[in-house]
Amino acid sequence: MLLSPYPTTGERIRITLLWLWCGMVILFLLVPILIPVPLSFNSGAFFIFPLEGISTRWYEVVLGTQRWQAAIGNSLIVAFGTTLIATILGTLTAIALSDEKFPGRRIVMPLLLSPLIVPVVITAVGSYLFYARVGLASTYAGIILAHTALASPFVVVTVGASLSGFDRNLMRAAAISGARPITSFFRVMLPLILPGVLSGAAFAFVTSFDEVVVAQFLASANQRTMPLEMFIGLREKLSPAITAAATLMMALSIVLLVVANVLARRGKQRPRID
Amino acid sequence: MSALEPTKLDRPRASRNWSAADSGAAKSVAAALRRADLGDRLRSLTLAAPLLVLLALSFGIPLVLLLSRAVYDPTIADALPQTSQALRGWNGTGLPDDAAFLALAADLRSNQAKGTAYELAKSLNARLPGARSQVLKTVRQLEAADRPPLEVMKAVPFWSAPGTWPVIESGTHSVTSFYLLSALDLRWNADGGIERVPPEQAIFVQVFMRTFLVAAAVTLATLVLGFPLAYLIASVPKGLAAILIVAVLLPFWTSILVRTAAWTVLLQKFGLVNDLLLWLGVADDRLDLMYSRIGLIIAMTHIQLPFTLLPIYSVMRTIQPSQMKAAYSLGAKPFTAFRRVYLPQVFPGVMAGCLLTFILCLGYYITPALIGGASDQLISNFIASYVNVELNWEMAAALSFILLVFTLALFGIFARILGLDRLKLV
Amino acid sequence: MKITKARLFAFAAATAFITMGNAAFAEELSIMASGGAWQDAQRKAWFEPFSKETGIKIVEQEYLGDLGKVKAMVDTGNVPIDLVTVETATVLQGCDAGILERLDYSRIAPREKFIEGSALDCGVGLDAYGDVLAYDPNVLKEAPTSVLDIFDTTKFPGKRAMRKFPAQNLEWALMADGVAAADVYEVLATPEGVNRAFKKLDTIKQDIVWWDAGAQPPQLLASKEVVMTTAWNGRIQNAIDKDGAPFKIVWNNQILEYDMIAIPKGAKNPDLAYKYLAYISQPEINAKLASYITYGPVRIDAASFVAPDALPKLPNAPDHMTAYLVADTEFWGDYGEDLVKRFNAWLAQ
Repeated sequence: MLLSPYPTTGERIRITLLWLWCGMVILFLLVPILIPVPLSFNSGAFFIFPLEGISTRWYEVVLGTQRWQAAIGNSLIVAFGTTLIATILGTLTAIALSDEKFPGRRIVMPLLLSPLIVPVVITAVGSYLFYARVGLASTYAGIILAHTALASPFVVVTVGASLSGFDRNLMRAAAISGARPITSFFRVMLPLILPGVLSGAAFAFVTSFDEVVVAQFLASANQRTMPLEMFIGLREKLSPAITAAATLMMALSIVLLVVANVLARRGKQRPRID
Repeated sequence: MSALEPTKLDRPRASRNWSAADSGAAKSVAAALRRADLGDRLRSLTLAAPLLVLLALSFGIPLVLLLSRAVYDPTIADALPQTSQALRGWNGTGLPDDAAFLALAADLRSNQAKGTAYELAKSLNARLPGARSQVLKTVRQLEAADRPPLEVMKAVPFWSAPGTWPVIESGTHSVTSFYLLSALDLRWNADGGIERVPPEQAIFVQVFMRTFLVAAAVTLATLVLGFPLAYLIASVPKGLAAILIVAVLLPFWTSILVRTAAWTVLLQKFGLVNDLLLWLGVADDRLDLMYSRIGLIIAMTHIQLPFTLLPIYSVMRTIQPSQMKAAYSLGAKPFTAFRRVYLPQVFPGVMAGCLLTFILCLGYYITPALIGGASDQLISNFIASYVNVELNWEMAAALSFILLVFTLALFGIFARILGLDRLKLV
Repeated sequence: MKITKARLFAFAAATAFITMGNAAFAEELSIMASGGAWQDAQRKAWFEPFSKETGIKIVEQEYLGDLGKVKAMVDTGNVPIDLVTVETATVLQGCDAGILERLDYSRIAPREKFIEGSALDCGVGLDAYGDVLAYDPNVLKEAPTSVLDIFDTTKFPGKRAMRKFPAQNLEWALMADGVAAADVYEVLATPEGVNRAFKKLDTIKQDIVWWDAGAQPPQLLASKEVVMTTAWNGRIQNAIDKDGAPFKIVWNNQILEYDMIAIPKGAKNPDLAYKYLAYISQPEINAKLASYITYGPVRIDAASFVAPDALPKLPNAPDHMTAYLVADTEFWGDYGEDLVKRFNAWLAQ
């Protein structure tokens, strides 16, 4: 569908240029994240090319030490907790707000976005001051709550954007056909806004999985997350151990993405109107 | 509603039926509609309530707790009860009477006894540079008690200097505008007016401008790079699109810390980018890309690109290809079809992505600290330093408050110009 | 009623007994340090021997060295740590802000037994480190002979790195401008002196790369981003010893500073904290850290206990003490905040 039915030469050139441009953008996206891969196999201790030699010593550090293992586990607990809560609540809120009848949308929207605007340090200190008083500091629940606040705006925004292309008449049609609201949500609305929900969930996961500042305040040694571990590492020494951790994370995410893709295809029964 | 205008074309089926039903509406139907309307409102509120309550608790209360420090600072008032009393009758010009000097001397001594003299000194110093050492010196002399307190006070020139007492007086009010003004490089002058601070102390306005400028540059860069790619991904067959999406999501899943470190490797003087530029013959000499504005913008663009791209893409996906085909068959040229049919529909996604990126850029501080040079530090770097190093949380709160207000105002202006519905953030 | 009361009493007594028993058997001291190789060294030199000797269990926490978190703990009255390691500048800030306990030296060690400036009101020195100059002899053909050579852009052209902080840089600037080491703080206490220092820094401002974290200087040298950098001696020595980097350290005109340890206000086990402070402040114990990391002792009488092979790499080894300056903590307490402000404004211009 890139080309119109009867493409002209000019159009062909435009499409070629588009491909070229996008190729460069992809390179721009990928090269910096591929840099850590060879560096993680460096036997030397600095972030420089050419490599001094090939070794797996940094992988032994990351996978073999209890500190890193605990940090990976903590990160997963916190990130999954955050993603679950933020995605469910964020999607519900986005649906509510997409209704033009929602009272006070003009005020509620900026308020919902404010966790994004407020510098994270401020959120972190404020959270600590409050959470410590109610016994949530140094707990998983506390970190998940604070991360949910940071992550939910992403879900609201992305789900909201995909709802903007959603025709509400479909829901009315479903209701007229006798579907209960829950049914029509799962059978009609959700399949159509699923890309938005999934990308919102991805945003939420990453926001939490990559968050240092709040974790630094709210986590004690028992909840130390992977980014925190990396940050401590970065300040101490720009050690290739963090590139090994990054490479592992990347490998994990490729696997996750592929699995998700396969599952999505298998379970796909998207109603197409055209 | 204006966003819907161009798209009305493709939604004739349902609405036509409804309008037919509407035309025959009777009064009772109107009443029923109103009831249904109320029900809708309630239902949408119920849907949004859990998140709103959660945000109020997990984010709202903490934020208010901290931001209130920007205007509420009782340290000096608590430390100087007698002085506060004595200054009630002072008209604010010249020096107060001896009673005020004596009250201050008494307050200083009681602070020393309670062990809070240093806190007081630090707090005064934040508002009056140089006050710390003067307070501590005076406390020591008062402790020595070889002279009457009034004599000690009068012997230290600092306490008779013109700027000192107005600051003490303003400090005795717990509610203060001092920090908010400082965050805008402003201060009260002796006549009770507001003036700019001297240029060698003025930093924040410049830093705010810089922060917004960098954020705007990064937003623009992500849009220019991201929009065509989003379009391509939305247009190619599914298998290929999935691969391209993985390419976009991969960096997104790599820790920002690692990517920042990777950019260090790429941008450094003997790094790969400089190698490439030399090899291509684009540059004659190695460029200083690290610790520069351009390096910072490149690295931030890389981090933010998926944030701009994904909302655009998720809207592009919902656009039926049949619409473009319809436009072609109605004789539209590709560009016209793109501009008149496609663009208006993706606009909400573009706004969502750009706003997301712009707002996120305002909060960056780890990347500027590691890749930016000394003149590329953004406002959050200063906030972080006030929080963690200088322990002046009042100042940090004031800077955050200003940033928050600016951003919300900007959001408001955007919403006003474009219409909230066209913004379609939610 | 009576039975209930008696039962309640018995229950309360039993609970109290159990709690007391717990306290007596497993005393815990919670120490928060800034992690990495330095914390590893402290563990081997101090934490483990202390636990073995006293039976007090040490719970280690880590933080990023920023006092914000400690302030948040103290402000909420919920202080889960008993001791925290800090930089000198941070001790002064924390002391003024009332978040660190003022120390009772009669429970630690005689104050005059510490090197000048290493026993502060709110923090006691753990070790001495040097702010030095480091370079890569493969890059600089001619070796710098003093830290002050960083100001000589004709003899040593190219980018150079300095810490993004006024302390040390202003002192060096004045010394490079001809002020004798003994007079530096006196001059710097005057507005003219401050202007003079900034003017000197202006002459190389264009060539300076600013570093933030201690991990940066070795990386900046290794990547050849700069030809020379100021650094903490331990970081450079670590790169040389552990990573085989070819760097060289210039000790001449180094500035001596101290790592500190402090008790946050409201700590739950101040008695244990003092016990630990007294333990590590014994000269022979204080000297032990040097065997694990190249930072020197702060007790004057500890020098003879330092392992002979560790000595040559310490900042306060006799060879390195020909020309040096001891950072004046008193001065930085008085003027620090104002100078930081001025420095930030100067950077931003």
